[in-house]
Amino acid sequence: MSMPFYVSPEQLMKDKADYARKGIARGRSVIVLQYDRGIAFVAENPQSLRKISEIYDRIAFAAVGMYYEFENLRVAGIRYADLRGYSYDRSDVSARGLANAYAQTLGTVFTQEPKPYEIELCVAEVGLTPERDQIYRLTYDGSVADQHGFVVMGGASGAAEERLKAGWREGMPLADALIVAVAALAADPAGGEPRALAPDQLEVAVLDRNRPRRTFRRIVGPLLADLLNADSPTAHAPEVDEGIPGHHDTLSGEAPPN
Amino acid sequence: MNRTTPAGDARAGSLPTAYLRPGSASFTEFVAGVAPELLPGRRPLPAGMSLEAPHGTTIVAAEFAGGVIVAGDRRATMGNLIANRDMEKVYAADEYSVVGIAGTAGIAVELVKLYQVELEHYEKIEGTIMSLEGKANRLASMIRGNLGLAMQGLTVVPMFAGFDLDEGRGRIFSYDVTGGCYPERDHHSIGSGSLFARGSLKKLWRPGLGEAEVVRACLEALYDAADDDSATGGPDVGRRIWPTLAVLDQGGVRFLPDDDLAGIVEVIVAHRRGNPGGAR
Repeated sequence: MSMPFYVSPEQLMKDKADYARKGIARGRSVIVLQYDRGIAFVAENPQSLRKISEIYDRIAFAAVGMYYEFENLRVAGIRYADLRGYSYDRSDVSARGLANAYAQTLGTVFTQEPKPYEIELCVAEVGLTPERDQIYRLTYDGSVADQHGFVVMGGASGAAEERLKAGWREGMPLADALIVAVAALAADPAGGEPRALAPDQLEVAVLDRNRPRRTFRRIVGPLLADLLNADSPTAHAPEVDEGIPGHHDTLSGEAPPN
Repeated sequence: MNRTTPAGDARAGSLPTAYLRPGSASFTEFVAGVAPELLPGRRPLPAGMSLEAPHGTTIVAAEFAGGVIVAGDRRATMGNLIANRDMEKVYAADEYSVVGIAGTAGIAVELVKLYQVELEHYEKIEGTIMSLEGKANRLASMIRGNLGLAMQGLTVVPMFAGFDLDEGRGRIFSYDVTGGCYPERDHHSIGSGSLFARGSLKKLWRPGLGEAEVVRACLEALYDAADDDSATGGPDVGRRIWPTLAVLDQGGVRFLPDDDLAGIVEVIVAHRRGNPGGAR
């Protein structure tokens, strides 16, 4: 391809960054936040194409932006983690290693491909204690930030971040953390009335610190409604699975069949 | 070994292209592409040699109303010697299935480990659990990949059992060395003591038995296998080593704890005092 005009590297990078940022801002936000017994993931996502996913025993992934781009990276992350866990040991898979690999990949695409990825990612690992939790936020250009407390990604993240800064405390129970996160997602960036978000418009999952082995659980149905109801006494997700036949990665609060 | 940075990458440390390729949800296929030496069947072997390695022996499985039970003895043998007294040969493959292994222990254990990752990998990528038939077929293709080793005497023949969520019942699948997969009805047994265990189950198992009765039938079948096959270990009351026993029902896989097993085995042993064949 011929280059008829000179474009300075600064301009080129700025154009790419603007392009990526615009793409990301179009989508809805995702919030990742710590609570007393783990890390919670909350997305406004009424469809079945997931933005939140399990990667490994204690590691999960959340993303905003172009679905096919982050889906590709999600699968790559699962492959990375499973191969590492298989050839070494399950305890040798870490969020830091995965975040580094993602950062290199995003950076390479940003500098070398004509179109940057229009995505932002979060890789979180739940530790045995809250101090050992790790939350990494990755942006379209490959920069990584090690975050403490909470992360907001996606469109209208400024307003949501303000709400979280005001509402988030260390050691919150899950129900309080989810209520704060949903309020932040519902906040209107223009300062108007917040929107009402029903539980079925949300995708919610947790990494539960106290579970053995696979700690990732999706929270749906009556249990999610109960946790989001400020008047209900339910403050936590159950720490044992429900015995409902099927994939055990979901907690719904429904009674198992007899 | 550093698998994250093969040659030809744009930048060291970034995810290799193979990782980003869309398509397969199979871990085995992925590993075959990026690190084939990690697969048991893909290692070059010196030709025309045979070696002695520990062998695992008898596994029994039987259906009950509402699920299926798989039990295995704990002995691994090497020729005339006992290589291991407390080896586990029944493994949970995922929440709704188990694999019992007979044959060359080292390769069988590696195969089970790979199979467990295979199922979990699919679950994570697809966001759903594989159908029971699908799981049985994946295991068949992994045994097929081991055919080269099998021809040099390193045979692995597992038995697979699971709870079929679509049909709401337990099912048993057996395999041969070439990867043939056969659904079995009612009950089945594999390994060197399987002839005796199968005979025993024929007499003890009836359709419609409950869980506790089938647990007892499986443990008696292992007892009978150990009685006549030197490679199968009987219950070791002195060392407190009991068979491994997994129960699969609609709640998933559950391994019976040692205390429960001890109680049942001690009743069986007491019952056979003065009645070694367990005639009734």
